Amino acid sequence: MFVEPNTIKVQIKRGSNQSSFTQEFEVPEQDNQTVLDLVTYIQEYIDPTVSYRFACRVGMCGSCGMMVNGEPRWTCRTHVKKVLGSSKAIEVGPLGNLPVIKDLVVDMDPFFDKWIAVGGVHHPSKNRHQSIEKIDESSAERVFANEAVECINCGVCYAACDVVSANNDYFGPAALNRAWSLVNDVKTENKEAILDAVSGNSGCHNCHSQQNCSNYCPNELNPSASIASLKRKVFASKIKNLLGSAK
Amino acid sequence: MISAKLYILQRLTALIMAPLVLGHLVLMIYAVQGGLSASEILGRTQGSAFWAIFYALFVFAVSVHAAIGVRTVLFEWLKIRGSVLELLSWGLGLGLLVMGLYSVYAVTA
Repeated sequence: MFVEPNTIKVQIKRGSNQSSFTQEFEVPEQDNQTVLDLVTYIQEYIDPTVSYRFACRVGMCGSCGMMVNGEPRWTCRTHVKKVLGSSKAIEVGPLGNLPVIKDLVVDMDPFFDKWIAVGGVHHPSKNRHQSIEKIDESSAERVFANEAVECINCGVCYAACDVVSANNDYFGPAALNRAWSLVNDVKTENKEAILDAVSGNSGCHNCHSQQNCSNYCPNELNPSASIASLKRKVFASKIKNLLGSAK
Repeated sequence: MISAKLYILQRLTALIMAPLVLGHLVLMIYAVQGGLSASEILGRTQGSAFWAIFYALFVFAVSVHAAIGVRTVLFEWLKIRGSVLELLSWGLGLGLLVMGLYSVYAVTA
């Protein structure tokens, strides 16, 4: 006898920043289903006009960030079981704190513009004719900064950050975490320039250490600690400059 | 919108305030426990350079610290920007400084 599978009610926030509406879809429940699977099912079998973004499906590329029941998540690694309440309904929306292009697709430009504004592009200390700088993997400084390198730029921390919500110019956790990894990179030239970039009006000092970024980071990184370390580093360098110029 | 300069100023004034707050609390409890009257307290504070400097420093640190903190609240919650933000935060800082120093003068001079 054929048994109708259980279904999940998926409410998708559609449209753009200017006009948005919520549309409900019914998706058959399956074992080991992810939130991305639900959206893919809707797009493939129910409504091909639903727009969303994904690439690797294994938590490496950072393209599938969405709000799930109001919380930012990487949807390809978020099991439905984990977020489904007794109501058998899930709300899926575009990533917060970013302009919506259409449906679940956000414009990541502000996110990456800030990444560049903190000096996030690689500024090599050597040219191609010189041998590459050796990194001492076992040095205490390097071990501490190692974690920051693992960021996949999914934008989940940026969407979770209340300071970004309150102040749209604030660089946000991902960009500042990137700056912290560069400040600790022996291959980076002119680290003072990065410290200057992160200590401006939109910089690391705006962080209130609420740690939403670290709570929500799908890779379990700690951008909050990176930002706190940047603050310490800027503090030390400003005091040093002050004492130096007083001499 | 907080620059490194304001951030550092707020941390340094916090550093100054921490021992002063403790001193102030101990003093208040001592004065109340001992059952000192207002005139007895004034008798001890008036003409005292130590209490004048203690509370003048306290007032100065509070004015700077509070103005920077409230500035952030005005910016993030009330979305106040530009010269209005500067005016309000400088106004608050100067207001606290003037009122505070006036009280210190009244009690210690």
